[in-house]
Amino acid sequence: MDQFTLNLLVVGATFALYIGIAIWARAGTTSEFYAAGRGVHPVMNGMATGADWMSAASFISMAGLIAFGGYDTSVYLMGWTGGYVLLAMLLAPYLRKFGKFTVPEFIGDRFYSPTARMVAVVCLIVASVTYVIGQMTGVGVAFSRFLEVSNTTGLLIGAAIVFMYAVLGGMKGITYTQVAQYVVLITAYTIPAVFISLQLTGNPIPGLGLFSNDVATGQPILSTLEGLVTDLGFKSYLTQSDTTLNMFLFTLSLMIGTAGLPHVIIRFFTVPRVSDARWSAGWALVFIAILYITAPAVAAMARMNLINTMYPNGVAEQPVARADVPDWVDNWEKTGLLKFEDKNGDGLIQYVGDKDANELTVNNDIMVLANPEIAQLPGWVIALVAAGGLAAALSTAAGLLLAISSAISHDLIKGQLNPNISEKGELLAARISMGVAIAVATYLGLNPPGFAAQTVALAFGLAACSIFPALMMGIFSKRINNKGAVAGMLVGLIVTLVYIFLHKGWFFLPDTNSFSDSDPLLLSIKSTSFGAVGALINFVVAYVVSNATEDTPEEIQELVESIRIPKGAGAATGH
Amino acid sequence: MADKSSSNAYWAANVRLIKICLVIWFVVSFGFGILLRPMLAGIKVGGTDLGFWFAQQGSIIVFLILIFVYAWRMNKLDAEHGVEE
Repeated sequence: MDQFTLNLLVVGATFALYIGIAIWARAGTTSEFYAAGRGVHPVMNGMATGADWMSAASFISMAGLIAFGGYDTSVYLMGWTGGYVLLAMLLAPYLRKFGKFTVPEFIGDRFYSPTARMVAVVCLIVASVTYVIGQMTGVGVAFSRFLEVSNTTGLLIGAAIVFMYAVLGGMKGITYTQVAQYVVLITAYTIPAVFISLQLTGNPIPGLGLFSNDVATGQPILSTLEGLVTDLGFKSYLTQSDTTLNMFLFTLSLMIGTAGLPHVIIRFFTVPRVSDARWSAGWALVFIAILYITAPAVAAMARMNLINTMYPNGVAEQPVARADVPDWVDNWEKTGLLKFEDKNGDGLIQYVGDKDANELTVNNDIMVLANPEIAQLPGWVIALVAAGGLAAALSTAAGLLLAISSAISHDLIKGQLNPNISEKGELLAARISMGVAIAVATYLGLNPPGFAAQTVALAFGLAACSIFPALMMGIFSKRINNKGAVAGMLVGLIVTLVYIFLHKGWFFLPDTNSFSDSDPLLLSIKSTSFGAVGALINFVVAYVVSNATEDTPEEIQELVESIRIPKGAGAATGH
Repeated sequence: MADKSSSNAYWAANVRLIKICLVIWFVVSFGFGILLRPMLAGIKVGGTDLGFWFAQQGSIIVFLILIFVYAWRMNKLDAEHGVEE
């Protein structure tokens, strides 16, 4: 059987599974549509959260980012996992106790302010829409690479699948497909990693292999790799190049951004009890950590394999001739992810750190996508990686789309435009909002705006500077009032946006930036790291304004008292 | 208002536990992984130093332990104060 047929079979089988779940898990009420009827087991929710959280970027790009960035890129590993500690202790249990359906709804009720709710809706929609564009383009790319269809066709097929289970099943359908998608993506990620680790270190657990010895030389993997990259003139793998200040703030921004992203938070509304929300955050991190502990191992080992492929006789000798490279190099050269340019015309591939002499350009994504071929694994593993990449992109897209559509149907339509809408009417509105959100996301995926590549900075910056502080203050302080919260969110948001725009261009238009991230405005703080500063400003403004204005009303203080204790969560869900 | 003082004590205990957990959270990631890495450079782990290990693996393992310990302690605290579901 050829590779194409295998890919088609494996991807087809996973899609059939997702559609089967869509038909089985239809939503009959708004509670099912928004929160899966609050009946999801904490371990299942942990798995669904893992798939919800780990996007095309985590699955396809992160290992490559680490492989070429070394120690500095540890910020992604710490930042994208450390947020779960904050979520488990500072947000998830209390928001579950509150017992409503959306993040803006909590902000609106706690700060007794429709304005606060609308600010939260705008932040949520901007953060989630920019985020979803990346997932949709990821679906198109995965399809075109493995299934020989055009980007457009691939994206439309992906959107149709999401449409089926998200519109029919809402959160209920999304939850159970995410569980299936987690199983697919983690299997696809770990199998090639286990084999590469076995080949290089003899240890089947990649996370342990990373700190073991290379069986060929008897020396540790990491010090061997460090020797290879520095000999070739690349950036050191083990030492720090970024400033300590920027690394610190970037890690913090990613952590509080993670905890403040609405599509992650609403997953914790689906478990039955407050204590389940705490356990579930732990399980979510277990399932995420399986990939996040494997990724740095994949990164170092794949980088080493790449160098060894280019220098079969060691880096002190001549590199490999273009004619003698293994098949996988030829295969990936066709896709443009590997580029070879014989600058000195000697027919050999010089892979070195010096940009003028280097003849090989490697895209980050190849470290995961070409892994099975580098490790000479059978064709079904390659097909599994295709299905895994699609599962990662589709599961995150669905979670984001639910956050967007529930903000529209529940916060905008029921909350503002038509408060007397019936249960049936709201369910219909939710389904229509979901359909429209998918259509918009598909359109943006087909015609990505220029700023699509900046989504990480924007989505995490917005969540970090506006949503996270508002939620945390709403739970941990009774004194923060409506004026303080609104002022804090707006000032935090505006300062962060202006800082991003000053470095990335106003509304991401090219050449309208006054500074660049290589020479930033404030000290060495890059625009991607500014979310933490925006959050700090939000906290300070909210505190100062609240203390200068009247105290919060009695009933709001009672609301805060009640969300702090788990007792009575079941009753509070009654809508 | 015995009920009120009990729930205040419950909340104070929760906040104390959160503070302890977040100090550890901070020390293993921002501390050992970034700020204190130069001081740990002498401790070698598998071809690199302890700071690198914390930045790429150790911090994640500690985060996991923290969440489960917190969830377990909070369940006990819920029961002690009679606020469990």
